Amino acid sequence: MSQAGSTEPAGRQEGRVELELRGITKRFPGVIANEAVDLVVTSGEVHGLLGENGAGKSTLMNVLYGLYRADEGEIIVDGTPLQLDDPGDAIDAGIGMVHQHFMLVPVFTVAENIVLGVEHTRGLGRLDRARASKEVAELAERSGLPVDPDALVEDLPVGIQQRVEILKALYRDARLLILDEPTAVLTPQEADDLFDAIRAFTAEGRSVVFISHKLREHRVIADRISVLRRGRIVGTADPREASEQDLANLMVGRPVELTVSKTPAQPTDSVLQVQGLRVDDAVGSPVVQDVDLEIRRGEIVAVAGVEGNGQTPLVAALTGLREIADGTVTVAGREVMGATRKQILREGTGHVPEDRSKDGLVADFSVAENLILNLWDAEPYARRGTLQFAAINEHARELVGAYDIRTPSVSTPAGSLSGGNQQKLVVAREFDRPIDLLVASQPTRGVDVGSIEYIHSQLVAKRDAGTAVLLVSSELDEVLALADRVAVMYHGRLVGPFDMPISKEAVGRMMAGADPADVLGSPTATPASTDDPATTNGSSPGAPA
Amino acid sequence: MSQNTLAPAAQRRRERRFGLFSLLVLAVMLGVFASSTRGAQATFILNDARGQLFELPDLILPVVPTVIVLSALVAGIAARQFTRGFGSRAVVIVGVVALLFVIAFLTWAAAGGQLSVVGLLRGSLARATPIAFGAMAGVLCERAGVINIAIEGQFLAGAFTAAVVSSIAGNPWVGLFGGISAGVLVAFMLAGLSIKFQADQIVVGVVLIVFATGVTSFLNTQVLSGNPQLNSPTRFASIAVPVLSEIPLIGPVLFRQSLLVFGMIAAVIVLQYGLFQTRWGLRLRSVGEPPKAADTVGIHVLATRYKAVLLGGVLAGIGGSWWTLDAVGQFSREMTGGRGFIALAAMLVGRYSPVGAFGAALIFGFSDQLATSLQLLRVPVPSDLLLTAPYLVTIVVVAGLIGRLRVPAADGKPYVKQ
Ligand SMILES: Nc1ncnc2c1ncn2[C@@H]1O[C@H](COP(=O)(O)OP(=O)(O)OP(=O)(O)O)[C@@H](O)[C@H]1O
Ligand SMILES: [Mg+2]
Repeated sequence: MSQAGSTEPAGRQEGRVELELRGITKRFPGVIANEAVDLVVTSGEVHGLLGENGAGKSTLMNVLYGLYRADEGEIIVDGTPLQLDDPGDAIDAGIGMVHQHFMLVPVFTVAENIVLGVEHTRGLGRLDRARASKEVAELAERSGLPVDPDALVEDLPVGIQQRVEILKALYRDARLLILDEPTAVLTPQEADDLFDAIRAFTAEGRSVVFISHKLREHRVIADRISVLRRGRIVGTADPREASEQDLANLMVGRPVELTVSKTPAQPTDSVLQVQGLRVDDAVGSPVVQDVDLEIRRGEIVAVAGVEGNGQTPLVAALTGLREIADGTVTVAGREVMGATRKQILREGTGHVPEDRSKDGLVADFSVAENLILNLWDAEPYARRGTLQFAAINEHARELVGAYDIRTPSVSTPAGSLSGGNQQKLVVAREFDRPIDLLVASQPTRGVDVGSIEYIHSQLVAKRDAGTAVLLVSSELDEVLALADRVAVMYHGRLVGPFDMPISKEAVGRMMAGADPADVLGSPTATPASTDDPATTNGSSPGAPA
Repeated sequence: MSQNTLAPAAQRRRERRFGLFSLLVLAVMLGVFASSTRGAQATFILNDARGQLFELPDLILPVVPTVIVLSALVAGIAARQFTRGFGSRAVVIVGVVALLFVIAFLTWAAAGGQLSVVGLLRGSLARATPIAFGAMAGVLCERAGVINIAIEGQFLAGAFTAAVVSSIAGNPWVGLFGGISAGVLVAFMLAGLSIKFQADQIVVGVVLIVFATGVTSFLNTQVLSGNPQLNSPTRFASIAVPVLSEIPLIGPVLFRQSLLVFGMIAAVIVLQYGLFQTRWGLRLRSVGEPPKAADTVGIHVLATRYKAVLLGGVLAGIGGSWWTLDAVGQFSREMTGGRGFIALAAMLVGRYSPVGAFGAALIFGFSDQLATSLQLLRVPVPSDLLLTAPYLVTIVVVAGLIGRLRVPAADGKPYVKQ
């Protein structure tokens, strides 16, 4: 407001911040990612930003953080227009950002990552590592985000890496914190911890921009919600009044089906048979053991579980990506062990990997090329050793339309699509051919509600077409909505599968390690009411009180 | 710790591979060295011709018994490698086997003759000098994310310019400055093309090597051969540290060397400290990992890379100057003989750390010097073949020891901002 001549940026008040974006436009070759966006974030507010995949949320935030330069528009902080040439300027203005894809140096320690760029030194430019560790430990303590300052970042699970990212912003004294899909990789418990930290942060008058595809989370944490669609702000909502359905409709621009409609499963013959499966880690200790599982044509079996309980190695073993230490896996009667990756794919396994950017696509290849990665030498895409680009592009255009992949063209490099559209690309490729078994890991991670609706309906359609579907998801709601049978993975072992219906609470407790016999009691309806811990003799470590 | 422990099965496979290596070594030792008829005794001279505090006796070893004792040690190691194994010390043990082999080899080579140990070690350190400088240049560039295979080109440009400038100025320091400028000039082309214009860094490197080779060879024949006064540089004198240089054996090896050798050791220490203990090093390394992390905390990625590559040019330029200002004292065409590539190998074997690169450079310097020493001993191996020893060692070391190498994740990848 007043621009009294002080050494501090004008109007900068301890802790408080007023941010205004005016008419921000950002174009990429072939796309307008943001178009005349106006946005106001007030002091102490959690401002939710909602929008479909590719709507331009990350782009807008990257502009605000100085990573991208806006083609038009201004950014005003505390009444002063900001000239943002690079992130250093944004940091100086008190803006911090946690990116959708982490920005950490994996081979550095937590403390090194946090102080990078604002290091304290002693004589001879020597890093003051002791001071960095101490300050980081104190900051972590104060903000309720505990982390070991001397751990190497690459050794940490994603949930903790997320904390490091947030601490990085806090260490720079951010007054406005941008969180771009911070909860996509968090367990529900970790997400709750994050929300506590956000509340503590905004209680001091500081502000947060919160991006997530989970409508429920917006209703829990946001004070106000702005909705972006195709680069433009199409409305704002009050989370106390708007229902999830309202938000979904506003965001997609049409009524969205939030529940999955499916008929009871009609399973026929057996496709996937797993017996006594064991998978070892690099040092030879089992990460998956004693797993027995059968999936038949026409059913969806879901594996629920907190991430890191062996789902990743299990899926890798089933799809031939990882050595099987013991036991057998057969798909439609064929042994997986000893078969090449290509045989497994061609003979009828489809796989949607959990880490799309690492295992799902080749970022430098075009959308069209990525869509035939599993059929690269098959007719009609290749003839006599030559790729047939006419057929490949035609195929790509069909899938891009059918799966609503937002891309300027089929020859755009896959790596420049928005996160959710990359996911849709992988899903499209794996769903669009006749297969016996579909293994889908976290198929809707980072995907907007409209696309979730579509992916879910396609999963059910696959099932009804006679495919056996294995769904691995840490989203309990997704598991319960889609599964015909549910298994739970805990500490490398599989419990179940149990027939649906089964209560959310029961699955949740098994995910925390409760004994299924205690949870489910007698085979008939369980009287296990409300929140009483039922049996105390069981072994449920770390179950929340 | 946890990253170094292998699965039991992999561990066993590795031990067995090492065991086979030991058996091979054993076979050569027994089959070639122990059955030698070149002479009964090998004499190792431990004294230096120059002043010494006191004289050491010559070491006279009976060839066959020495080789047999060494073979027995190797056999013992091999036996254990195949049975219980050495666990976490397995790699060190391979080094021990290699050392035993080298001693046996030297005993065999010196049979019936004399080998100056001082000369061998002193020469090794001297020859390690340009390799270590080049390797450090590589470490700097690649830690910052720019692949520099043009070290050979920087060497040649440095050697040539240093020779001419020193000849004109009559002062090796001015010559060194000339050598450094040439190294930096090549580095500047590398940086401009690969950082600014995002050209393929391997291609740029190859082009720069060919370019430097061509230009220096051309100027050599066209200008230097007709004007010998332009190719008679004043060299750095060798420096003897008072007292220390008179300690027998280590004195002449470590403390009676040319200035560039001391400079190299100082550079290793400074760079090791700088890269891993200072703010400068932390930032430099951060732009060699996916640099967006550095960018998002306000570090200027491109500027940091530029500076790293140019500083690498300084080091490579000094390395090149070694040939004309220290070792030879005259420029001749392609005189660096591929040592720039050996420097790259030293960088890899040294796992992108200055101290590691220095250690690897010592190995290469030793094999380089050995090839020369052996020619004097009239070892029954064709001299052309002997001169390939450094390259053979390179291949064996690169293939055998690098194994799981952690390359800076953004090495060779240009950074593009939106
Ligand atoms: N670096 C880039 N180069 C070219 N186009 C880009 C780039 N980054 C984003 N885009 C395009 O800009 C649009 C907006 O992308 P953005 O990443 O902002 O979406 P988003 O709302 O964050 O989506 P998601 O929820 O999937 O993360 C997309 O069409 C995308 O393809
Ligand atoms: Mg995004």
